[in-house]
Amino acid sequence: MNEVRQNPAYTEFRPRWYRAQVSTWWWLGRWSYLKFILREISSVFVAWFVAELLLALSALSSGPGDYGEFQDFLRNPFVVATNVVSLFFVIFHAVTWFNLAPKAMAVRVGGKRIPDLWIEGPNYLAWAVVSAIVAWFLLRA
Amino acid sequence: MKRSNEPVLWVLFSAGGVVAAFLIPVLLFLLFLAFPLGWLKPPSYESLLSLVRLPITRLVLFALCFFSLFHWAHRFRYTLYDGLQIKHLNQLIFPFCYGGALVGTAVAAYILWNI
Amino acid sequence: MAETITLEVTRYSPEEDTEPRLQEYEVPLRKDWVVLDALNHIKDKVDGTLTFRWSCRMGICGSCGMMVNGEPKLTCATFLSSYASEGRIRVQPLRYFPVIRDLVVAVEDFMTKLGSVKPWLIRREEKPIAEGEYLQTPEQLDLFKQFSMCINCMLCYAACPVVGLDPTFIGPAAIALAQRYNLDSRDEGAQDRMDVLAQHEGIWGCTFVGDCTKACPKKVDPAGAIQQYKLTATLDRLKSLLMPWGAR
Repeated sequence: MNEVRQNPAYTEFRPRWYRAQVSTWWWLGRWSYLKFILREISSVFVAWFVAELLLALSALSSGPGDYGEFQDFLRNPFVVATNVVSLFFVIFHAVTWFNLAPKAMAVRVGGKRIPDLWIEGPNYLAWAVVSAIVAWFLLRA
Repeated sequence: MKRSNEPVLWVLFSAGGVVAAFLIPVLLFLLFLAFPLGWLKPPSYESLLSLVRLPITRLVLFALCFFSLFHWAHRFRYTLYDGLQIKHLNQLIFPFCYGGALVGTAVAAYILWNI
Repeated sequence: MAETITLEVTRYSPEEDTEPRLQEYEVPLRKDWVVLDALNHIKDKVDGTLTFRWSCRMGICGSCGMMVNGEPKLTCATFLSSYASEGRIRVQPLRYFPVIRDLVVAVEDFMTKLGSVKPWLIRREEKPIAEGEYLQTPEQLDLFKQFSMCINCMLCYAACPVVGLDPTFIGPAAIALAQRYNLDSRDEGAQDRMDVLAQHEGIWGCTFVGDCTKACPKKVDPAGAIQQYKLTATLDRLKSLLMPWGAR
């Protein structure tokens, strides 16, 4: 598709086009790009949560002693800091996800497109409900 | 012209995004901040263990791990392509991301089966 | 309001320069002037060598797209007075395209990508004229109308970082236009277009940054079109993987 364009023969009548290189720091150039990259970086914290969860389950399965040590690990200031940052990022992921969901789904009722809020709203509500249910199971135990 | 299999990876990414969005914030907050730091009364060791041992919990946690890891794999792969502009290292990136997700899934399966 | 405003305009002469540079011009700050008026003032009265594209000067031809203070804009629709407080306006050629001269960019790449999605009605068999017109309800029109508003101004390409990072990515406008035809009830070419779009180099470079929709002067929402198409392409791929015997 682009073979001719990539390497045209430059002659007197076809002088050199200027092709700017995209900088490694392109994502710092605009606020919208930075927000995008932060959103993508949130996936790393999602993976970190899974890793922590597996460590917790492994400690749980080893016995109360190991589980207690794991709790101490969670109280380490660096770990606390990491988890606070992770919490911010996973919430950021959830919010950006629900806000973008209506764009990806063109839901029509009676021939007209429904407002974005009709998709975002139920998502946020479901999020609150699911979180409440999970919290209830963990707090009553 | 060959149609890509990218859609399969994309649908795993999307499912992972949904699962991660709904479940991770509350779990992270409770299990890794509120309980260890004493903001809320944590469950006892025994009750947590019996809760986790229920088949439904094992299934939900497995799904959470599987989908979230593939969500990370897909998103991180594109972050490496676009953010660091290392798409030419695809031979390394692709197996690192999806292979990593598979390994994590296997570990999760092993732990949850034997807990 | 001040009497004049400074324009910093990219100059690039392919015969002489190896890199673009910025040249400053002082132009009258008239409240009814747009950036295009300022550029034409420069060309008429100050520096006849300044080169740029424009045509309709009313936001419908899509020729005058440029970067104005780092944002992709139609210069015929961007008022000088919006920048009065800053006192300077930087006008640069559309980002992520090769620059031919000054503010003029090479658009062959976009034209090839646009052509590759077959942006026309495809019918297995044309309906004979004697059978009358294709009838379409308002609901059927509503399905694709938004995507038909595209004026091929390429502001979305200048906004999309993937366009700059991945030359094989087909790009927002081309995909939105493919959708315009896919969703048109008169069209029967969805599978033909899918051959092009569903390749790895087709739509899958898109990571839903969303800047294309923000830049679009015609509210086409190409980002929405692409995500919807990802869903369509996925359902199609899953169907063909899970039920390969189905007639296509």
